[in-house]
Amino acid sequence: MATAHSRAAARIMIAPATVLLLGWMLIPLCMTLYYSFQRYRLLTPDNRGWVGFRNYERFLTNPAFQDALINTLLLVLGVLVITVVLGVLLAILLDQPMFGQGIVRILVIAPFFVMPTVSALVWKNMFMNPVNGLFAYAFEAVGLQPYDFLSQAPLASIIGIVAWQWLPFATLILLTAIQSLNSEQMEAAEMDGAGPIQRFIYITLPHLGRAITVVILIQTIFLLSIFAEILVTTNGGPGTASTNLTYLVYAESLLSFDVGEGSAGGVVAIILANIVAIFLMRMIGKNLDA
Amino acid sequence: MARAITPRRKAFNTALAWLIGLAIFFPILWTFLTSFKTEATAIADPPVWFFFDWTTENYSVVQERSGYFRYFWNSVLISVGSTLLGLIIAVPAAWSMAFVPARRTKDILMWMLSTKMLPAVGVLVPIYLIFRDLGILDNVWGLVFVLMMINLPIIVWMLYTYFREIPGEILEAARMDGATLKSEILYVLAPMAVPGIASTVLLNIILAWNEAFWTLNLTAAQSAPLTAFIASYSSPEGLFYAKLSAASTMAIAPILVMGWFSQKQLVRGLTFGAVK
Amino acid sequence: MTKMNRALMGATAFCMVAGVASAQQTTLTIATVNNGDMIRMQGMTDSFTEANPDIALEWVTLEENVLRQRVTTDIATNGGQYDVMTIGTYEVPIWGRQGWLTSLNDLPAEWNKDDILPAIAGGLTVDGELYAAPFYGESSMVMYRTDLMEEAGLEMPEAPTWEFIREAAAAMTDEEAEIYGICARGKAGWGENMAFLTAMANSFGARWFDEEWNAQFDQPEWRETLEFYTGMMEESGPPGASNNGFNENLALFQQGKCGMWIDATVAASFVTGADSTVADQVGFALAPDTGLGKRGNWLWAWSLAIPASTDAPEAAKTFVAWATSNEYTELVAEAEGWANVPPGTRTSLYENEEYLSAAPFAEMTLQSIESADPTNPTVDPVPYTGVQFVAIPEFQGIGTAVGQQFSAALAGTTSIDDALATAQQLTTDEMEDAGYN
Repeated sequence: MATAHSRAAARIMIAPATVLLLGWMLIPLCMTLYYSFQRYRLLTPDNRGWVGFRNYERFLTNPAFQDALINTLLLVLGVLVITVVLGVLLAILLDQPMFGQGIVRILVIAPFFVMPTVSALVWKNMFMNPVNGLFAYAFEAVGLQPYDFLSQAPLASIIGIVAWQWLPFATLILLTAIQSLNSEQMEAAEMDGAGPIQRFIYITLPHLGRAITVVILIQTIFLLSIFAEILVTTNGGPGTASTNLTYLVYAESLLSFDVGEGSAGGVVAIILANIVAIFLMRMIGKNLDA
Repeated sequence: MARAITPRRKAFNTALAWLIGLAIFFPILWTFLTSFKTEATAIADPPVWFFFDWTTENYSVVQERSGYFRYFWNSVLISVGSTLLGLIIAVPAAWSMAFVPARRTKDILMWMLSTKMLPAVGVLVPIYLIFRDLGILDNVWGLVFVLMMINLPIIVWMLYTYFREIPGEILEAARMDGATLKSEILYVLAPMAVPGIASTVLLNIILAWNEAFWTLNLTAAQSAPLTAFIASYSSPEGLFYAKLSAASTMAIAPILVMGWFSQKQLVRGLTFGAVK
Repeated sequence: MTKMNRALMGATAFCMVAGVASAQQTTLTIATVNNGDMIRMQGMTDSFTEANPDIALEWVTLEENVLRQRVTTDIATNGGQYDVMTIGTYEVPIWGRQGWLTSLNDLPAEWNKDDILPAIAGGLTVDGELYAAPFYGESSMVMYRTDLMEEAGLEMPEAPTWEFIREAAAAMTDEEAEIYGICARGKAGWGENMAFLTAMANSFGARWFDEEWNAQFDQPEWRETLEFYTGMMEESGPPGASNNGFNENLALFQQGKCGMWIDATVAASFVTGADSTVADQVGFALAPDTGLGKRGNWLWAWSLAIPASTDAPEAAKTFVAWATSNEYTELVAEAEGWANVPPGTRTSLYENEEYLSAAPFAEMTLQSIESADPTNPTVDPVPYTGVQFVAIPEFQGIGTAVGQQFSAALAGTTSIDDALATAQQLTTDEMEDAGYN
């Protein structure tokens, strides 16, 4: 259907978005690259000069870098596993006939609207605080020592908080997908004597494949740059136990005010993010083209 | 679902779903309840649930100290403004990607999405310097632009997935009837795309409302939205659970209410073309 | 000049002022911390604008870390978003030396520069130029529960040793009743746990750097400090101590969950104030020592500074002079009572009978402030100034990274040996990179 005329029109229409995004990406990226080869500390600007790859060397050999890399992976994978598994189960449950389905859906969707800063503050102070938090009361009520979540299991606690925020998103997409499932097919399978688990594995799950891919793609984009939750709850600690790559770059650029090393870290993070992106796109490409 | 179901099974489903729903919702409910307590009741041991002297004092303290509405208004301007601006730029792009796909369309789309993975902190100083030179630090329109850029890839992609599901034959038929490009978009495409556009708008308003890095770092007094409002309550002196709860409730309530009311539209759009 | 003439001129001047006020009002953007005293200042906005109708105030109130990040980015990039910034004794000399701040030597005579406590003024002056006006000053001291101390059968000396504090903490602790003998900072950050630990280390004879800028974390004094600290917190500290900063501990103390709390002297008015459940059972003592001649107390002053990039330096000076004046103190005293005025900046306040009788902690605060010596903070000589910080630009980054390590040691997720070794390593690297050695 594409005529030369409409092709040209299409190019013109696509141009603003592409040019803007290209500019938005390239201009800061070039500046970041430029700074990453300089000694540039905000607080001693007179001491600026070219240092070659020294900032990269320092960022990559920083012991915190390895921890940050592992933590980033754990954080992304942890949240993905939790939200996808619970999301599928919850979507199946919500698909069943029940009373007040609309209200339950409203309750489940709510965390998605909460600002990350707010949810981190609320979880940290009102739930996980080992003296005044609700969890501490609950533990004591059953005769246990209060557990100090944010010091003893900082990364797991953050994974929990983030998963709470993203579970609604996963659930909703998966629910929409399940609702489009052909019920005749289900009934036929039931007639053939397939049990609920078999039906789930052979019919529901394959049907959800595409939706799950979308959930993974969108969430990964946001999870790679998780920042506010860490800043508010643990400041990346204790030690570097909950420092992810984004937070490490933040610590270099805005806690140490070392723009040079922060920029080097930014470039490293950009490269890694692109590797993940390419990997994801391959996966998506396969699954979405259908 | 056409399958028959026993009343017992339905009762069980209902109970389980409500239990889980309430559990997920609980932190928000608890924040809401705490915002009406005094600081002492807020940390009472054992915790008190509904039966306490409800007070709105925390709200008046927070209001007096921070002046909620300026922040609220900035949040509205920034989130709605950036979404609408994004829409204006994204609709043509998504339209042409969906109906006049070129060899590279998919790559461009994926590249757009991948720009979202770049860590914002890494480019704060460059952006800050650019904004300083343009004189748009602490300016609502500067923020509208930044958030538009951040959400543009998502907007393009969401729109693209909807547009792609609109059958091309309809467009061709319209074209046969002599429709111009303008009327094609206006009378044929737009009505079919409205649900998709609506949910795109809703999702992006939510994302922009909750964005807490650029909105905090590029603002001072004039253009600070609710994320900055919250940053002045994150650890004040002494007992603060009740005041924190009140401030939190004020910051999330508008978007929560909007989300609930537009739930249907939002959900319909959240599929990202994941459902065929 | 005739009467008529004078009257005419007066009228003209009045008209001009009125005209200016309505036509070109100056708006000051003030960045400040969300501490109680600053929030009170914000509440006093109307008193200022009534007296200065041609100046309007816009407040940016942020949490300390966010504020620091905002104002540092702005001033270092010459962003010019703020006309008045709230900064501390760490930033003032560094920024002043960079030429980023406006000198306040020409504040009006009524402001009375000589009234400022010498220890505080010294920290805000670079080469004879005063670069910030102190809003409130603080040292640190021991705040303790007199009732619990009595129950434990002990008596707090006016100048306790660390040994005594540790013993008393163990004796006061009652985990069943959720009473923890000692509360102290554990949250990582150069202004959080490192403020406490650096001051404490000073009293143990440790120091950050020797005279050649070599990091000293491999020395026995630091190990001793850290062992004592983690040991004491383990025995008698609250759970989750590694996430507790000033605010968290304040909340705990106000709820009656701490036996002793070693922290900023400004906390005294909060623990004896209306929000506190233990207000009438609080005693004060000097920060502890180990007999080496240095006490573990720090010195800090939140101060108002005017960035050189402001476009309204005169209006900003008017505001700064007002907010740090005796007149402001009296305004607060009138509205909130003498105990709530910003403390620790002026000699005259500590000679004011009304203040002394309303603030039981006044004497101890003054003693603590006066006994801190930023130019000579440690037992062994050091090349830097600053009690609980090292006044070099690199310190924020190093201090926070070291703070992370020590916070992890407190949480028990890393050993003291490892924490010290990492601290030594990263400090050495950073100093080398910055060109100190």
